[in-house]
Amino acid sequence: MYETVMSDSMNPSTSSDYPTNVGPDNNVSSLGGGDTAAPTVPTTISISGLNFFYGAFQGLKNINLEIREKKVTAFIGPSGCGKSTLLRTLNRMYDLYPGQRAEGQIMYGGRNILEPGQDVNMLRAKIGMVFQKPTPFPMSVYENIAFGVRLYENLPKGEMDERVEWALNKAALWNEVKDKLNKSGLSLSGGQQQRLCIARGVAVKPDVLLLDEPTSALDPISTAKIEELISELKEDYTITIVTHNMQQAARCSDYTAYMYLGELVEFGETDHIFMNPGKKETQDYITGRFG
Amino acid sequence: MNPSSNSANPDPAAAKPVAVNAAVVNATVVNAAVVSSAAGNPIYRRRLWVHRLGIALSFLAMAVGIFFLLWILGTLLVKGLGAISVGMFTLTTPPPGDDGGGLLNAIVGSLMMVGVATLLSTPIGILAGIYLAEYGEESWFAQLTRFVTDIMLSAPSIVIGLFVYAVYVAQAKHFSGWAGSFAIALIAIPVVVRTTDNMLNLVPTSLREAAFALGAPRWKVATFVRLRSVRAGVITGLLLALARISGETAPLLFTALNNQFFSANMNAPMANLPVVIYQFAMSPYDNWRSLAWGGALLVTFSVLGLNILSRTLFNQKIQS
Repeated sequence: MYETVMSDSMNPSTSSDYPTNVGPDNNVSSLGGGDTAAPTVPTTISISGLNFFYGAFQGLKNINLEIREKKVTAFIGPSGCGKSTLLRTLNRMYDLYPGQRAEGQIMYGGRNILEPGQDVNMLRAKIGMVFQKPTPFPMSVYENIAFGVRLYENLPKGEMDERVEWALNKAALWNEVKDKLNKSGLSLSGGQQQRLCIARGVAVKPDVLLLDEPTSALDPISTAKIEELISELKEDYTITIVTHNMQQAARCSDYTAYMYLGELVEFGETDHIFMNPGKKETQDYITGRFG
Repeated sequence: MNPSSNSANPDPAAAKPVAVNAAVVNATVVNAAVVSSAAGNPIYRRRLWVHRLGIALSFLAMAVGIFFLLWILGTLLVKGLGAISVGMFTLTTPPPGDDGGGLLNAIVGSLMMVGVATLLSTPIGILAGIYLAEYGEESWFAQLTRFVTDIMLSAPSIVIGLFVYAVYVAQAKHFSGWAGSFAIALIAIPVVVRTTDNMLNLVPTSLREAAFALGAPRWKVATFVRLRSVRAGVITGLLLALARISGETAPLLFTALNNQFFSANMNAPMANLPVVIYQFAMSPYDNWRSLAWGGALLVTFSVLGLNILSRTLFNQKIQS
C-alpha cells in the first residue's frame, strides 16, 4: 500500500535537484519578498514582558514579541544572547530544570501558557520542537514516528501506517526510508535523522514548530534540504527558528529578531532587518563586524 | 622491548616511526640527516626514553597479572577437567567413605538460588536505578540512597550473610534456600542499581528533552526512551551481578548452609556449589577434593561465559 501512495505524492525533485539552487541569493528573493502585507498576518504566540531566570541570573529581559501564524520567525544573535532560552520558554522546556523560571506573559490559544495551571504535555503536543543535534529515539524509523502519535491517539494499524507515511512525506524523507521503516532510527545519516525528528514533530499535528539550530550539526547538502523543508512546512505551521547562520535567517525567515545579552534589540520583517536595520548593533552583527 | 614495536605503536611520540627506527637501529650520518633532525634533539630523545620506559613498565605489569591469571586457570583446568564426568551432573554429593558421587544437588541448588536472587534484584535494582537517575539531582532521599548503595557495593559479603542470618535464619530457626537467595540478592541489588544509574546518566540530555518536547509523560520518557537507549548496558550490569553472586560463598554459609541430599525445597537447607567446594576442598577424601575442583571449574567457566556474553551483547548494541 505504501508504493501506490508514494509514487504520486512524493516530489522527486526534492532530493536530486536541490543542491543546484542553494545559493543564498535565489532564496532570499523567493522567500522573503512576498510579505509586504505583514501587519495583517494573525498572531499565533504573543510574548509580553517576559523575564527568564537561571537561578539568580536573568537570561531574558522584558521580551515583547509577536510570532505570526504560518510564517517563519528567526531568532539571531551571538552565543549566550538568550535566543535558545526564548525558544525554550515557548514549550516550557525549562520546566525540566528546577531553578529555572519565567515571568510575564506568553499568550497562546487564548491563555498565558506560563500560568501554573497549563498542562505542559498538551502544550508540547501543539508546539513541537527539533533540536540542534538529531535525536532519534532508540527504536525503528516507524516507531520513532508512532511513539509521539500514540501519546495522544489510539489509531488502528492501517491509519497509523498512513500517518507515518504522511509525516515522513511532510519531512521529505519517505522516499529515502520507505524500505527501511523497521531499521533503527540511529542507522540513518545525520541529515536523515534530523528530518526524521521533524517528521516526528509533525506527526502529532502541532500548530507551531520550534527549531533550535536545526542545521548546525549538518553538512551543506542536508542543510539545504532542511531549509527547503522549512519553506514548505510554513504552508501549514508557524515556525520559529534559532540560527547562528545569517544567510540561513535571511533565506528562510519572514521575520527576524536580533537579540543581545538577554534583550530583544530589534524585531521586524527579515527584509527590513537585513536591508535596512533600525539600530547600529543589529547592522554590526549582521554584517559580521560584531559577534 | 625491541625497536620494531615502536613503529607499530600508535603513541604520538612515534609520530615519525621511520625516524624512531632509524635512530634506534643505527644512527648513521646519512639516516639521521635524511630522516629527521628530531633524533638529535635532546628533549625529543628524552621523551623517547620516557616513552620506552613507560611502555616497558606497563608491559611488565600486564605480564605479571596475566601470568597469575593463567596459572590459576591452568591449575583449575588440569585438576578440574579430570573431575568432569557425566556422573558429576547426575549424582548427588557422596557421603563420607563412598566412591564417586556428583554435584547434582549443588548445581540445582545454586541455579535455583541464583535464579530467585536474579528475579528479586532485577526489578528492584532497575527501578531504583531509574529513580536515582531521573530524580537523583533534586532530592536528598535519592542522594542518601546512592550513598548507601555505594557502601553496600563494597560491604564484605560475610556481613551480608550474617545480617540475613540474624534477621531471617535466627527467627525462622532453620537454614533455607530462601535465606540464601535473599543474601545473594542483597549483594546483587547495589550492582544493578549502580550500573543502571550510571548507564542512564550516559543518555544525552537532548534525547530526554526531545521526548519531553513531544509531550511524553516522565515515566514514558524514563522507560521507553532513556532506559531503552541503554538497555544493552543495563543487561550487561545484570549479567555481571549474576556472575558476581554465582561465586559468593560467605553469605551462603550462614543462610542456605548445605544439604547432602537432593532437595528442591527452598524452605530447607540447600546445597550449592560454593559451599560444597569450600567443604570438599578441605576434606580428607580424594573423590571429594576432585569434585571440589570440578565444581570450581564449573563456577569459573559459568562466570567467564556470563562475562563474554555481556561483552558481546554490549559491543553489538554499541555498534548498531
